[in-house]
Amino acid sequence: MTAAVRLDGIAEQVLELAVGAGAEADVHVIAHSEGLTRFASSFVHQNVAEEDLRVRLRVATDGHWATATTNRVDPAALARLVDTTVAAARHRPVDPAFPGLAGPAPAAGTGNWDPATAVTTPDQRAAVVREFIAAAGGLQTAGFVSTSSERAVYANTAGQRLTGNSTGATIDGIARTGSSDGVFRLTAVRLSELSGAEAGAAAATAAQDAAGPGDLEPGDYEVVLEPSCVMNVLQFLGMYGFSARAVAEGRSFVRLGEAQFDPAINLWDDPNDEQSTSLPYDADGTPRHRLDLITDGVTSAVVHDRRTAAAAGTASTGHAVLGSEQWGPIPVNLRLGTGSGGTAADLAGQIERGLWISDFWYTRILDPRTTVVTGLTRNGVWLVEDGKVVRPVRNLRFTQSFVDALGPGTVRGVGSAGHSNSDRWTGGTYVVPSLHLASWHFTGGAGG
Amino acid sequence: MVCRWPKCKVVGVFDLATAAVEGALIAGARYADARAMQSRYESMSARNGDVEDLVQRESVGVGVRALIGSSWGFAAVPDPSPTSARQAGRTAAAIARASATVPGPAVDLADVTVGQGSWASECLEDPLAVPLGEKADLLAGVTATIRAAGVPLAEASYQIWDTRKWLVSSEGHRIDQHIRECGAGMGATAIGDRETQRRSYPAARGQYGTRGWEQVRELDLPGNAGRIAEEAIALLTAPDCPAGETDLILGSEQLALQIHESVGHAVELDRILGWEAAFAGTSWLDLGKLGLLRFGSELMTITADATLPGALGSFGFDDEGTPARSVDIVRDGIWTGVLSGRDSAAIAGVPCGGMMRADGYARLPMVRMTNVGLLPGPHSLDEMIAATDDGVFMETNRSWSIDDRRLNFQFGTEIGWEIKNGKRGRMLRNPTYTGISPKFWGSMDMLGGRPEWTFWGTPNCGKGQPGQVGHTGHPSAPARFRNVRIGVRG
Repeated sequence: MTAAVRLDGIAEQVLELAVGAGAEADVHVIAHSEGLTRFASSFVHQNVAEEDLRVRLRVATDGHWATATTNRVDPAALARLVDTTVAAARHRPVDPAFPGLAGPAPAAGTGNWDPATAVTTPDQRAAVVREFIAAAGGLQTAGFVSTSSERAVYANTAGQRLTGNSTGATIDGIARTGSSDGVFRLTAVRLSELSGAEAGAAAATAAQDAAGPGDLEPGDYEVVLEPSCVMNVLQFLGMYGFSARAVAEGRSFVRLGEAQFDPAINLWDDPNDEQSTSLPYDADGTPRHRLDLITDGVTSAVVHDRRTAAAAGTASTGHAVLGSEQWGPIPVNLRLGTGSGGTAADLAGQIERGLWISDFWYTRILDPRTTVVTGLTRNGVWLVEDGKVVRPVRNLRFTQSFVDALGPGTVRGVGSAGHSNSDRWTGGTYVVPSLHLASWHFTGGAGG
Repeated sequence: MVCRWPKCKVVGVFDLATAAVEGALIAGARYADARAMQSRYESMSARNGDVEDLVQRESVGVGVRALIGSSWGFAAVPDPSPTSARQAGRTAAAIARASATVPGPAVDLADVTVGQGSWASECLEDPLAVPLGEKADLLAGVTATIRAAGVPLAEASYQIWDTRKWLVSSEGHRIDQHIRECGAGMGATAIGDRETQRRSYPAARGQYGTRGWEQVRELDLPGNAGRIAEEAIALLTAPDCPAGETDLILGSEQLALQIHESVGHAVELDRILGWEAAFAGTSWLDLGKLGLLRFGSELMTITADATLPGALGSFGFDDEGTPARSVDIVRDGIWTGVLSGRDSAAIAGVPCGGMMRADGYARLPMVRMTNVGLLPGPHSLDEMIAATDDGVFMETNRSWSIDDRRLNFQFGTEIGWEIKNGKRGRMLRNPTYTGISPKFWGSMDMLGGRPEWTFWGTPNCGKGQPGQVGHTGHPSAPARFRNVRIGVRG
C-alpha cells in the first residue's frame, strides 16, 4: 500500500464512522515531515527531525458543529475521535452562521513537490550549513537550514475529495562582525535551489558593510526596504486588512474600489505558482486560486473563507486557515509585483537622504484600523545621501502606519526581482521585491 | 487491542521511552533521554453571544535526544510502538553524527540529582470534565453582556492543557508528571471612525495557571463584562495620552509582561551564549558581570521559581529531569542569576537552573522561563497614586516590542489614567511608554506588596526553530517608575 493510499483510507474510514453517527463531516489527513539543522557560533547546536500524521475532523449535526484532532490512527482511536467530536457538537449551541461543507470542485493541481527534498538527510542539511559557514570567511555565523514535506488528503460527506503534496526548503542565516550582523534568507520548493555558499557570502558582505554603526537622529526618512522588511509590511496588511471578517467588523482599513495605495503597488495571493510551498486547497476544502488584492494601487478584493463568503453572499476565495472560525480568513501566499528599479542597491542609489534597511524586528500592531505598527530595524541599516552610502547606522525604533507608507504618491521605486521567504507564522511563502518609499517615521535609537 | 496510553499503564509508556533511549545508545550516543507524552488540549471561543469555535486535540508520541561527542540530535515519532521508538533513538543518533560534522566546543552536562519521581499539579476541578454546555454558557453569556452594553465586538475564550510525560534518561532518570493548566479571558472592542479601542479582562491574553477549572471560576468573568464594555466605549472619546517624560505607574499585568520581555528573555543563558543570535536574538547582559551588574533599583528582586503552587510556570521536574527550584535572578537590584539547562550551565560554569522545557513530544527541550517574577515590595497602588504629583497610571497590555538584545522596549496599554496631585483623574487613550531596560528598572521607587501580588500567566511565549510556544508565569505587583518617556505614536 502506498503512503498516499493510506491517507485516503484513513479519511474514508473516518467519514464512514461519522456518517454512521448521523453527522456531516469533513476530514483533513496530513502527513508532515520536517528536519531543521540550526547553527550558532559557527557550529550545529540543535538538529531535529519530526514525523507526524494528523487527522482533523469536523462534524456537523443540525447546525451544531465541532472539530477535533488526533495523531493516533489505529481503528479504535479513529472511532474515539468520531465519538468525541460528535458528542462535542451536540453539546454546543446551534451555529446559525455555519456555512455547510464544500461541494465537489477540483483543485488547480496537487502542489509543488520535489522528491529529493522530501527525503533530505541530516548530512545534506549539515553540508549546506558548512558551506554557509565557510563562505562567511571566518565571521561568526548563526541560522538554520530546514527541509519539509507535506502529503495531505481532504474529504467530506458532500463529495469533495482533494489531495495535495508540497515540499519546502529554507536557508536563513546571519554573519556577525562584533558590531554588526548581516542576513540572508531564501525559501524554495527544492533544497537544490539553495546555495549555502552564496547565502553565507551575502550575509558576510552585508555584515562587513554594516560594521561600526553610528547613531542617527530619529525623525522621518525616505527608505529602501529590502524584501524581508517588505514581507513584514505585507503580513500586517494581510492579517489586519484583507480579511473579509475584519472588513465586515469595521476593523480593517480596506475600502474596495478606492485608490488607497500608490499606483506602483500590485498585490495578489497565489498559492499555485511555481514558488508556492502551500497545499492547493484551504482548511475548508475549497480549491485555492490566484486572487488580485491591489491593482495599480486600487484595492480590488478581500479574502473569504466559506463562513465570511456566506455572510457576504459571495463565494469563498479559498483562504480558510485552521482556526479561521476565530481569526477569519488570511492570505498567506502574497506576491508583490516587481518594477524596474533594479536591486536594493540600485534603489538606494536614488535616495536623496534616507535609510537603506535590511530587516525588521519585533513589529507589533498598535491599532489595526490604521495599521500603526512599532518595531525595530535589524541586521544592517545604512544612511544614504545623494545616492551614496555614507555610513552604517545603529538600529532604530519606528512607529509607522504601514498603509500610509504605501499610500498614493509614496512609492519612489520598486525592485526588479521578487525574493521568496517563508512566513514562520502561517507556513505560507511570500514573494516580494525591495521598495523605495518616500517616508518612514523613526522614534528613537535602539540603544537608547 | 491494549491501549498503550491509559492512565494506569505508566510502566508501559516508560518502556517506550526506554526503548528510544536504548536505540540511541546502541547507535553510539554517550547520553540520551526520551520523553513519552500524551497531550490533550481543548479551547472554546465565543463572539457576540455565540460560540464560534471549539477545538479538541490529542497527541501522543516520543521525542528522544542523543549526544555524540559534543553534538546533539533529536528525533520524534507519533504514536510509537517499541520498535518505532527504538528507531527514533537511532535516528536521533544519526542526526547527532551529522551535527558532529560541524562541531562546537566540548559539551558536558552539569551534574544534577538523578532521580525517579512522580509529580502532579494541584487540580481541584478537572477542567476537561466540566460540561461543554456549561463552558459555552459562560463564554456566550459574557459576550452577550458586552454586546448588550453597546460594544460591537465582544470576544471570550478559554484554553485547557492536560499533559502527561514520562521521562527516561541513560543516567537513570525515570520521572512521570501530570500537569493540568487552564485559564480564560474576554475582550470588548469598540470601533470608532478612525480607530479601535479594546478593553480586556483579566488581561489581553486572559489569565492562566497550573490549576483546574477553579482558576476560571475565580476570575468572575460575568462580574466584569459590563465594566470593560463601558471602558472600551469611553476610550473612543478619551483624550490621547500626552507625550513627554513623567512618572509612570504600571498595573501588575502590564508589569508582568515588562518582566517577561525585558528581564526573563534577557537572562536566558542560551541567548547570552549566542545560541539564539539569528532568531530570538542575544542579550545585552555579559556573563562576566554576573553578580556585579546593577540591573535595577534596590526594590528589584526577581526570582525564577518553578515551585509556586498554581503559577503557570510551575512543574515538578523540567524536561531534563532536574527538580523544580527557585533561582535568584536579580537580588536587591544586582544581577545574580540566569535561566539555564544542563549543557548551557556547564559551559557557563553556573549551577543548573532546571529550566529546560519542550512544547510537546516533537520539540527539543530548550531554556524557558519558569515563574520569573518580582518579589513584592512595601507599598500599595493607592499609596503610589497618592505620592504622585504628575504622572500616568497604565494597565492591561495592548502592544509590546523589544529589540533583539532585550534592551530597548516600547509597550502600549489598553487604558491609562492621568495622575494629578495624588489623585486619579481623566481616562487616557492610546497610552505608550518606552525606555532602556536598566535605566527603567533603576527608576522603580515604589512597589506593591503581597496583597496586590498576582501570579500572571503568559500562555503564548514563542521561541525556537521549529517554533515552540511556552507557558510562563510572572508574579508581579503594581510599581512606580520615575521620568519615563510616554506617548510615543506614529
